[in-house]
Amino acid sequence: MGHPGGASVNSGNPANSVLLETMKRPTLLLLKTLTWLACLWPLGLLVWGAVTNTLGADPTAAITFCTGLATLRLLTISLAITPLRRLFPRFSWLIKFRRLLGLFAFFYASLHLLTYVALYAGFNVNAMAADIARRRFITIGVAAWLLLLPLAATSTNWAIRKLGGKRWNRLHKLVYVAAVFGVIHYWWQVKPGVLTPITMTVILGVLLLARPLLDWRQRLRMRAA
Amino acid sequence: MLIGKPPEIPSSAITPKDQYLNRRRFLRGAASTAVAAGAAALGAERLAEVLSPRTAALAGTRLETVKSPLTTTGEELTSMKDVTTYNNFYEFGVDKGQPSQNAGDLPTRPWAIRVDGMVKKPRTFDIEALLKLRPLEDRVYRHRCVEAWSMVIPWVGYSLSEFINQCEPLSSAKYVQFLSYYDKRVEKWASETTIYWPYSEGLRMDEAMNPLALLTFGLYGEVLPNQNGAPVRLVVPWKYGFKSAKSIVAVRFLDRIPPTTWNDQAPNEYGFYSNVNPNVDHPRWSQRTERRIGQPFYAQRRTTLMFNGYGNQVASLYNGMDLRKFF
Repeated sequence: MGHPGGASVNSGNPANSVLLETMKRPTLLLLKTLTWLACLWPLGLLVWGAVTNTLGADPTAAITFCTGLATLRLLTISLAITPLRRLFPRFSWLIKFRRLLGLFAFFYASLHLLTYVALYAGFNVNAMAADIARRRFITIGVAAWLLLLPLAATSTNWAIRKLGGKRWNRLHKLVYVAAVFGVIHYWWQVKPGVLTPITMTVILGVLLLARPLLDWRQRLRMRAA
Repeated sequence: MLIGKPPEIPSSAITPKDQYLNRRRFLRGAASTAVAAGAAALGAERLAEVLSPRTAALAGTRLETVKSPLTTTGEELTSMKDVTTYNNFYEFGVDKGQPSQNAGDLPTRPWAIRVDGMVKKPRTFDIEALLKLRPLEDRVYRHRCVEAWSMVIPWVGYSLSEFINQCEPLSSAKYVQFLSYYDKRVEKWASETTIYWPYSEGLRMDEAMNPLALLTFGLYGEVLPNQNGAPVRLVVPWKYGFKSAKSIVAVRFLDRIPPTTWNDQAPNEYGFYSNVNPNVDHPRWSQRTERRIGQPFYAQRRTTLMFNGYGNQVASLYNGMDLRKFF
């Protein structure tokens, strides 16, 4: 799962790549295994629930909510990596986990979409077209998935090399839009007056605001130096 | 006169409400904590559960019931567990599982319904009197939520019209409003929304007088669990579930449409009538189909029926009305 392209794409700081090399292989392997397990946990719960018929009173809604929430959580965690690395250079190795988190976010987003296609629209193309045209929370949800699609498709080392770091980086800025669309999708889905999505919104807001703030701090430091 | 009928004093009129509520909660909390702790220490977990304030209310008591010709037949009942743990009762939390966890402190005794507005004389009905007003009937109804899920529930109650007749509304009364219990100390979760409380719902008089509209005191032959709207609620089976106000404390007769909670919140989504109607789209949910609660995920989906299948009894109420406009 190592990706040599990662360091050059994500940071120009040579100190980071030194730190990345210094992490011991067994430690990395262990952390990767734990991340895989954590990412597969929601799916495991769903499969177990479906097999034992313990998904609760409304299994369709449970599957939809679980996959949607997993998507937003994984996207948020993947967006926390860059600010964390910039604040604490000793956590630079976190970059080795970002692709994994991003791909799992896409995986759950696809399951979420599939749940809609199968259990809500019943594979009826006309019903889906009508929903996308008429229901804004579905429109923006589908848009968010479409934005994630090219990012997942260009997640391989080969694609990074082919595109070149700069273009790849620019393309992958779409993840900000996808995450914002995802949260708006959540707000538009709950009834007016219900504030459940507020936690996710605040966390995402902080993570997105952290980027210009960290840029600003860096500029101040460079001026001082 | 010394001799004569004693005046009807509902028990709730004796001590100011705030005081008895606080005292009640304190005593119940203190006593039951002590007893429950003792019982738990003895390993009698079941006993502790029974004695804890969450289940110590009247929920679960058997009610004496009679059969009803207005019951719905040929439907598989939704399990008692699903009916009592999958609830929309936002005063106790917006998640479906929260009301059954949080509604334990709803003080269902003493309880009374205040009746005012366009009536001959405003008056108060104590819950014990309401329970004895008419024989309680077993009535199975389909229950269709606006969120596109549905259940089949065996309710216990009698026609709302029986109660309305006792209220003696004036002929000028055209609508009736129902207000739910609201105390933010008990219903702390209500403030996690931006909804204006107390919960309010309403019906047109002829709708309220339709024999299908049920003043409900129980389900599955037992007293209503708190999370299902104890001790008395409305069930209007041909309308989306939110029209059936829970834990009713006031009934008001009016000559105009009363303000109702979800209609206030989003008038384009929740109309005053809110009859179950597969042909009127909702901005969020298609209303053509519904998910039956308690079925496996691949077998939940079914077609939604006009007026939730009660058209024979209620369609005439809306003759000549454009139900797309008055949704």
